[in-house]
Amino acid sequence: MQSIKDRVAIIGMGCCKFGERWDSDVEDLLVESCYEAFDDAGIESKDIQAAWFGTTQQATGQVLAHAIKTEYIPITRVENACATGTDAIINACNAVAAGIYDIVLVAGVEKLKDSGVGYLSGGGGAPTAQISPAVPPPAQFAMAANRYFYRYGLSFQEGKKILGMIDVKNHRNGALNPKAHFQREITLDQALNAPMQAFPLGLYDCCGVSDGSAAMVITRGDLAKNFRKDYILIKGYGLSVGGQQGMLRDYYDFTHFDETRHAGKMAYDMAGITNPRDEVDLAEVHDCFSITELIIYEDMGWSKEGHAKDDIESGFFELKPGETSGLPVNPDGGLKCFGHPIGASGIRMVYEVYKQLQGKAGPRQIKNPRIGATQNLGGRPGSFSGAVSLWGLPG
Amino acid sequence: MVGITAYGAYIPRYRLGRETAGWNMPIEKPVCNFDEDTITMAVAAAMDCIRGEDRDTVDSLIFATSTPPYIEKQNAAMVAAAVDLRRDIITNDITNSLRAGTLALKTALDSVSAGSARQVIVAASDARTAEPGGEIDQAIGDGAGALLIGSKDVIATMTGFHTISEETQDYWRAEGDNYVRSWEDRFVFDTGYLNIMPEAVAGLLKKMNLTAKNVTRAVFYGPNQRRHQEMARKLGFAPEQVQDPLFGKMNNTGAAYPIMLLIAALETAKAGDRILFASYGDGADAYMIEVTEDIKKVKPKHGIKINLETKRIAKRRGVRGPEMKAQEGAPPSVSARWRQREAIDRLYGAKCLNCGLVQYPAQRVCSRCHSKDRWETVRLSDKKGKIYTFSLDYLVPGLDRPLAICIVDWECGGRGLFTGTDRDVEPAPGDIHCEAPVEMTFRKLRSSGGVHNYYWKCMPRRYPF
Repeated sequence: MQSIKDRVAIIGMGCCKFGERWDSDVEDLLVESCYEAFDDAGIESKDIQAAWFGTTQQATGQVLAHAIKTEYIPITRVENACATGTDAIINACNAVAAGIYDIVLVAGVEKLKDSGVGYLSGGGGAPTAQISPAVPPPAQFAMAANRYFYRYGLSFQEGKKILGMIDVKNHRNGALNPKAHFQREITLDQALNAPMQAFPLGLYDCCGVSDGSAAMVITRGDLAKNFRKDYILIKGYGLSVGGQQGMLRDYYDFTHFDETRHAGKMAYDMAGITNPRDEVDLAEVHDCFSITELIIYEDMGWSKEGHAKDDIESGFFELKPGETSGLPVNPDGGLKCFGHPIGASGIRMVYEVYKQLQGKAGPRQIKNPRIGATQNLGGRPGSFSGAVSLWGLPG
Repeated sequence: MVGITAYGAYIPRYRLGRETAGWNMPIEKPVCNFDEDTITMAVAAAMDCIRGEDRDTVDSLIFATSTPPYIEKQNAAMVAAAVDLRRDIITNDITNSLRAGTLALKTALDSVSAGSARQVIVAASDARTAEPGGEIDQAIGDGAGALLIGSKDVIATMTGFHTISEETQDYWRAEGDNYVRSWEDRFVFDTGYLNIMPEAVAGLLKKMNLTAKNVTRAVFYGPNQRRHQEMARKLGFAPEQVQDPLFGKMNNTGAAYPIMLLIAALETAKAGDRILFASYGDGADAYMIEVTEDIKKVKPKHGIKINLETKRIAKRRGVRGPEMKAQEGAPPSVSARWRQREAIDRLYGAKCLNCGLVQYPAQRVCSRCHSKDRWETVRLSDKKGKIYTFSLDYLVPGLDRPLAICIVDWECGGRGLFTGTDRDVEPAPGDIHCEAPVEMTFRKLRSSGGVHNYYWKCMPRRYPF
């Protein structure tokens, strides 16, 4: 197995405004994000040689071709639940690193607000015996929260408080981001007293449902300088797909996610990172629920197992614009506030890392970041597709 | 000698009682939860009955009720699958009459006597509905009783039998009726109950050359407390001979009622007791039963006593009958459900023969050691467990809110995802929390598209064994 380090560069990115885009359909959103990426890269749509297209709603690559008017190029549609975006990036990077294509587009999109309900209703899919309980995402992740509190001796109040602090952090960051779905700060009290969704998770512990699209243009590492000076390079990636081990093995503890650990290790090994807490300067992670972000701190090797609470309380993961301390997580507001249009999320995560590394993050700018991580996971405790990507500056 | 070798029963955990909003009477009436019906109750009673007994020589199961969930599709087949009996047995529904339980008993006794079955399970279950708050409603309840009939270690044997079949229209329901109908009270009792049952009892006593004084215990059907007392006097039994009919605690449980009263009697019977046992409905059956020495060796079961004791008073009365008609939504994929029937009906998991990991459902390839196709079946329905972790979902639409979602770890190993039922979660989390002890219970998930979808749920530990 080889490393992808430095073999692929991002030369352009785009991201539309996430939110309730009643006025836009899937193709409008794709035009917005892809053309911003083309402009940023200084290319036109006809320069794209191949594309990887991430979306979880039923679609072929023809949807992308129709939206941005590519002419008969190869387009692969990728789907891996919430890890779709990163999986599409990984596949595109492999093709570029292999030298098959020189200029490739990765685009992700999701139009969730046409469903008529304010939450992910699930359903669809192949006919089943309908005997498994309907476990919507909040309840799935709530199961990890309840066991985490129990295992580490956290009372209901103590546990709710550290989760609430994550919610407050992400809302504060989102309020600094004009493209975020939600741009409103909340207080810890509001988070603690919000209506219960799935015990113990309240309204603000759960990300909402958004429309959105994000896109990137990539090329081989050695060709990037032909397009721009401030390109960024991939340092590593990881993808780990579980097979319900957590449900079949009665010794799984529900307080960590193996798929994140495997994907993280794979990426860190490719990048040569041995001390992730110190070497990673910022991260965009999959905060579908506050508990998910908390467990990610531990699984990605930033907090010691069982000790995320210490780092949350000390503000280690807070955004401190203009400073270098700590490891800011979700400076753009995360899934919680930027939004979670599923197929686009993995790519939107890289968008913030890209802008931060280029020094273009405005009021959210961290001082001199060199390595940024994205972490994306789809599924439920017990069985995930986990994906990680690492990006950095040349040299 | 042929007779009863074991018994079992089930009474729903929730009772209407004094503190129940909308009921407020000192009468305790057991009511099915929204996810229970006569099939699920029969399964519970039969599982209680067969615990510790020999499943392998059960050659027949008879399901007796006046409220079958299906009218064209055999209900007994579902009961037999959930109880995990062999497939090469006779399964039979005996329905439509309040005498269905004792008619099933007669069939079972005859089968074993004739040698065409080694053991038979009779599972009688009923969940009748009547005009809410009315006289009939106050006297009836939901419940199930099961008897194991065989010829080894018989604890009670039938020494006499007499029956009357009577074409009468006293209580009835026709297709499409939700509530029990009846004719004028005076007619119903004068020509029906108070006329026919004494005729059957008199016929039995005459055959056997016995009188009421020779009977240790009189166990018999009654539509309500007052008429039951009237019958006792009419038959010549002193109050101390009469088995408590349990009105106001269990109530008249329809086709299951006589059998459940008999079980209550057997729980306190002594060797040599002579029990007069009579039922009523479109006629009457009268049995003479002798309790044997083997009553001392009978295995403990939940029966009536423990089921009566392990109760909760409902906070409010739920809805049933017309309001519980099929919900919207597509039916389950019948073919997918059939393919998974062993995991669904019998709750079969598998134990890897190589590394010992128990997995549910059974896996072709072991999740731990990756051995392929090397496992043995494990029945998980009768195993106790605990909740490893859980959630309470407040967003889900429907009756069961918040939905208790539980990861259950069984005492024998293995783990599964189940809904939690019969639970109090106000204030949250209540019964449902990490490490809470639970046991499995067979329930109806929902009815949709005309298909009743049955599966196992977990419930807070109710029984001591």
